[in-house]
Amino acid sequence: MTLTLTNIAKTFPGGTKGLLPTDLEIAKGEILSLLGPSGCGKSTLLRIIAGLETPDAGARIVFDGEDVTQQSVETRKIGMVFQSYALFPNMSVRGNIGYGLKIQGLPKADIDRRVNEVIALCRLTDYADRAITVLSGGQRQRVALARAMAPRPRVLLLDEPLSALDAALRGQLRDELRLLLRQFGITAIFVTHDQDEAMAIADRVAVMSLGEVAQIGTPEALYRNPATGFVARFVGDAMPLPGRIEGDQLHLQGGVLNLPEPADGKEVLVRAEDIRIDPTGPITARVEAVTFLGTHYRIALAGATEGPLFALHSGLSAAKPGENLRLSIAAESLLILPKGGTT
Amino acid sequence: MKSLTRSIPMVVTLLACAFLFIPIMQSVLAGLTVNYFRGLSSGLTLKWVGQVWQLYSSSIFLSIWLALACLVVTLILGVPAAYALARNPGRASRILEELISLPLAIPGLAIALALLQLYGSYHGFRTHWSFILIGHVLYTLPFMVRSTLSVLATIDLTTLEEGAASLGAGPLRRFFDIVVPNALPGILAGALTVVTLSIGEFNLTWMLHTPYLKTLPVGLADSYASMRLEVASAYTLVFFVIIVPLLMAMQWASARAQRNMQ
Repeated sequence: MTLTLTNIAKTFPGGTKGLLPTDLEIAKGEILSLLGPSGCGKSTLLRIIAGLETPDAGARIVFDGEDVTQQSVETRKIGMVFQSYALFPNMSVRGNIGYGLKIQGLPKADIDRRVNEVIALCRLTDYADRAITVLSGGQRQRVALARAMAPRPRVLLLDEPLSALDAALRGQLRDELRLLLRQFGITAIFVTHDQDEAMAIADRVAVMSLGEVAQIGTPEALYRNPATGFVARFVGDAMPLPGRIEGDQLHLQGGVLNLPEPADGKEVLVRAEDIRIDPTGPITARVEAVTFLGTHYRIALAGATEGPLFALHSGLSAAKPGENLRLSIAAESLLILPKGGTT
Repeated sequence: MKSLTRSIPMVVTLLACAFLFIPIMQSVLAGLTVNYFRGLSSGLTLKWVGQVWQLYSSSIFLSIWLALACLVVTLILGVPAAYALARNPGRASRILEELISLPLAIPGLAIALALLQLYGSYHGFRTHWSFILIGHVLYTLPFMVRSTLSVLATIDLTTLEEGAASLGAGPLRRFFDIVVPNALPGILAGALTVVTLSIGEFNLTWMLHTPYLKTLPVGLADSYASMRLEVASAYTLVFFVIIVPLLMAMQWASARAQRNMQ
């Protein structure tokens, strides 16, 4: 199903703008992630698509050519996975998964067949007749997905589906969720504040900030060509290099960097992996702390800029805290972006 | 020393129990002896119990009928009311909850007088059992509402309902498929409280009853006033047999509802 959103905005009672007018187009079978910090409007947008929240006048939500803006959540034929899963404690796993089909009034044989299919696909066969209360977090997450998928919804909406799980499980379920969504072949929108999660699961990511979409694109495009400093910081943890810009030169506390183009009035950022330890480099810095992370060291540096700076270093040994180093940054790896955006 | 600190509370407890139990046992025995003034030596008999049944069985059935009718009405009014209060927490809801609870603080006598003043002149209604039912519902409704509400307050009702709605369930289906089953422990505890209170209610009922509409406790008062002591005591025994199992079931259901909330 293709999904077309036009002029979706939300003003909360009291006048707060939760969401500024937003247009989005989601292709059939595409998985789109709404990524952003809390309060950026991503959940509001998802709830408006679901029909759980009413947008301001003038909005249009179109599912495959059908205008559903005035339809209630019950009639939109969506599937939704909630952050807290919202599983019904008074029903078994099977009861939860079959509930949507029961509402549709399907014959019992059809319900059973469809429920068994989804249970097998989500690897829940061993738990089918258990109570919800005895399941682990990961199992509950799969039941929530199975329940949303069983009635064959037109679009699947997921609201922070992994955030209730602990870190180790989250990583594992992230890959599992991606595989399952691809297997179902469904158009899906999922909300997250975790950039790794968005990059791993989504075909396209819409980075949101202060109630609007800051940039939308494939994970790779966002990483390589962020449109604003906010996107660069949020996707790939770019660090700002605060200093005085004079044409194509950036004067930092620890030295002068040559820029690929004049950058007056703009902001210069760099990623940790693009900072090189180079005895002939133009910038001096002092090592503050070194963290060993297995494949590489993460070195905290002071004195190069006003704020802290981190560099990644792979090799068999790293500098010691207190040592002075010289750094270089290749001109083409610097991100020169318009100022503005948050954090 | 240690055994003393342990045994003193035990002795106090036993004394308190004895204080309560001895009059009850005496009453029960009085209902079973041939002649109370001659004591147990006169022999044991079920004659008085039989007489109670003959004279007051209509009171017993009326009380059971009233209790069940009261239960139906409080279920129909109380569960949706509790649901509405749980879904709309806020000042207005708090005030409404207090209003529903008001009959607990006002003496039954006052409520009965108010009812008589307002409806006493409608003769057909005044002499109908539903007149007493109104009083019982006023008195027991807060127990049903509070018991149901306390369980609903522990459930993330909004999200559960949103989950059901996203699967296509309309408001009525959500109420019966999600709200009621998850509130069941509270509803059950409330239901047993309502039945027990309705069967035992005296103040209000005594004011509202007519000679042809005597409930179980009103009959009890009547038997003490106009029958020989053995009959009245046998009546107490019958009352006990009906009310004690209900009380125990009520305790069990409340404990279960409490457990469910944790």
